[in-house]
Amino acid sequence: MDIYLLEAIINGLLLGGVLALLSLGLNLIFGVIDVVWIVYAEIVMSAMYGVYWLYSYYHWPLLLACVGAIGIGALIGVLVHVVVIQPILGSAPINQLLATGGLLFFLQSLATLLFGTDYRNLGIRLPVIEIGDIFISFSRLIAFFMALVGAVLLYLFLAKTYLGTAIRAIAQDREIMGLMGVNERRIYVITSAIGGGLAGLAACLLVLQYDVHPFIGLTFGPITFMVCVLGGLGNMIGGFIAAFIISQIIAVGGYYFPVEVAEVLAFVFFIVMILFRPQGILGK
Amino acid sequence: MSGAGGARALGYAALAALAALPFFLSSYFQHLAVQIVIWSLVYTGWALMGRFRLTSLGHGAFLGVGAYVPTLLWNNYGVTPWLGIPAAMALAILLAMVVGYPCFRLKVVGHYFALVTLALGQVVLLVIVAAREITGGSLGMTPRAVGHSWYALQLPDKASFYAVALGAWLLGIAAWHWVERGMQRPALEAIAEDEEAAAAVGIDVLKEKLRITALSTGLTALGGALYAQYLMYLNPESMSGVGISLQIVFAAIAGGMYSMFGPTVGACLHHRAQRGAARAVRHAFRRRRQYDLRRAACRVHHLHAARHRGLGRADGGAAEAAGPGHARGPGGRITLDSLRRF
Repeated sequence: MDIYLLEAIINGLLLGGVLALLSLGLNLIFGVIDVVWIVYAEIVMSAMYGVYWLYSYYHWPLLLACVGAIGIGALIGVLVHVVVIQPILGSAPINQLLATGGLLFFLQSLATLLFGTDYRNLGIRLPVIEIGDIFISFSRLIAFFMALVGAVLLYLFLAKTYLGTAIRAIAQDREIMGLMGVNERRIYVITSAIGGGLAGLAACLLVLQYDVHPFIGLTFGPITFMVCVLGGLGNMIGGFIAAFIISQIIAVGGYYFPVEVAEVLAFVFFIVMILFRPQGILGK
Repeated sequence: MSGAGGARALGYAALAALAALPFFLSSYFQHLAVQIVIWSLVYTGWALMGRFRLTSLGHGAFLGVGAYVPTLLWNNYGVTPWLGIPAAMALAILLAMVVGYPCFRLKVVGHYFALVTLALGQVVLLVIVAAREITGGSLGMTPRAVGHSWYALQLPDKASFYAVALGAWLLGIAAWHWVERGMQRPALEAIAEDEEAAAAVGIDVLKEKLRITALSTGLTALGGALYAQYLMYLNPESMSGVGISLQIVFAAIAGGMYSMFGPTVGACLHHRAQRGAARAVRHAFRRRRQYDLRRAACRVHHLHAARHRGLGRADGGAAEAAGPGHARGPGGRITLDSLRRF
């Protein structure tokens, strides 16, 4: 096989890891609270600024800055839920989506106000691994493994802990669980915190690869939604599979065509899929 | 009878006042007025769908088609925008039908519909960027300027453009009125409430949805075309994609998508609020302005550096880390030292 095609496929696999990581939090929120956080990518953007800010201005060690950013993500997640979602929990899903959309502009504008529109980066250059003639980005490799670790941890949390069981139960039947004595509000807040924290984790890995600017959410936000919907909103395993399908379309498509055309292919694939299988690849 | 007559007289009086408006405004406020009128048309177009729970998050797609098609026709083939704009509207409607037909046929509604349209907006953005040979990609493009010409729809003063835009806006309001008064409104409201029930009482759900979609997207394309003609500059980010699509949605909703002039109010609010907020922020952050100046200087430097290095950044920013970094201190911070070198 052509060595460049192989490289494209491997890099696509790694990109899939990043997309899978991005989709984890969003999927959790949707599965449990039944709300589409259209603002999700902007939470990632805020957490990216968090890493940048803690690392570059306050000179925290990188790992500590990442932990801080996950905290920032979780905090924003809780705020999104308490301030925006909680009051309109009963209204039509599309209205909830639009309400978080308003927040999207707020976060973008706030970031513009605080940091300006400059492209900022940590100034860290991670090495590029060379195996034979194939080049692999080290930061993508980390992101790929973090996605796997994140997914496994999330799975263990949901499957093995008491809290996780409560979260899964709520996702299955929200009416009954209230009657069973589960405090729904508390579960929702905790879920939002975890979802926001996962956005923060994704941000830590993205900030190693991309420059952060206030509008970066618009570049990967749509793809993240696509991955979630394609996998079946709320379905984690489906999301994972979808992430790798989409990333392969982009990577292999990018080998044959310009990268924008490859992305167009991915979006068109998404539109066609949603028409014929709106419940997603693994949806019920 | 006298009530209706009075309202009509009031309407004409308001229209006459609107038409006369530019004669009383300074150039800057004329500029604002033109923008508000054009965006009012776009928001009204969106609300025609939005009010019936067809929440499109991808109207940027039609805005983009409306903006680019007449400009491309004019620049490459010398086709007057008077023909190019109808062509663009037709193309936007065609695109809407290609996506809308299967969506409505297969009953994609609610946030699935929203996400399909979101993807559509992104597709148009990416296509415009990908076709950089003819569209200039992310750098944008300008319609070939010929000076003052009605034939090229390049008008000498803002007042003339205001008149054209006002006419287009009236078209949008008339469309709204037509929908409001006809049988379409109750039919579409019934569909929004309950599609199955509406179909059961004999409403052709598919046809009604396609008709309102055609109307909505055509008007949006018209707005995009006028905006491009007015600014004489188009770029993919501000004419298509997620950002502008969401702006359309939120401004229309903020103004009120259920009433005839709601989206227009939304446009006024949006543009007023933007400028009001900008002033308030400038006031509050006055001390930051000196930094802004530095930042501007830095950006010029970046552009300069980028020009020598070539603007292509194929790897999504990784090159940036090694790229114009010498204008920044450690960790990407702008330092005075680096500016002095500049």
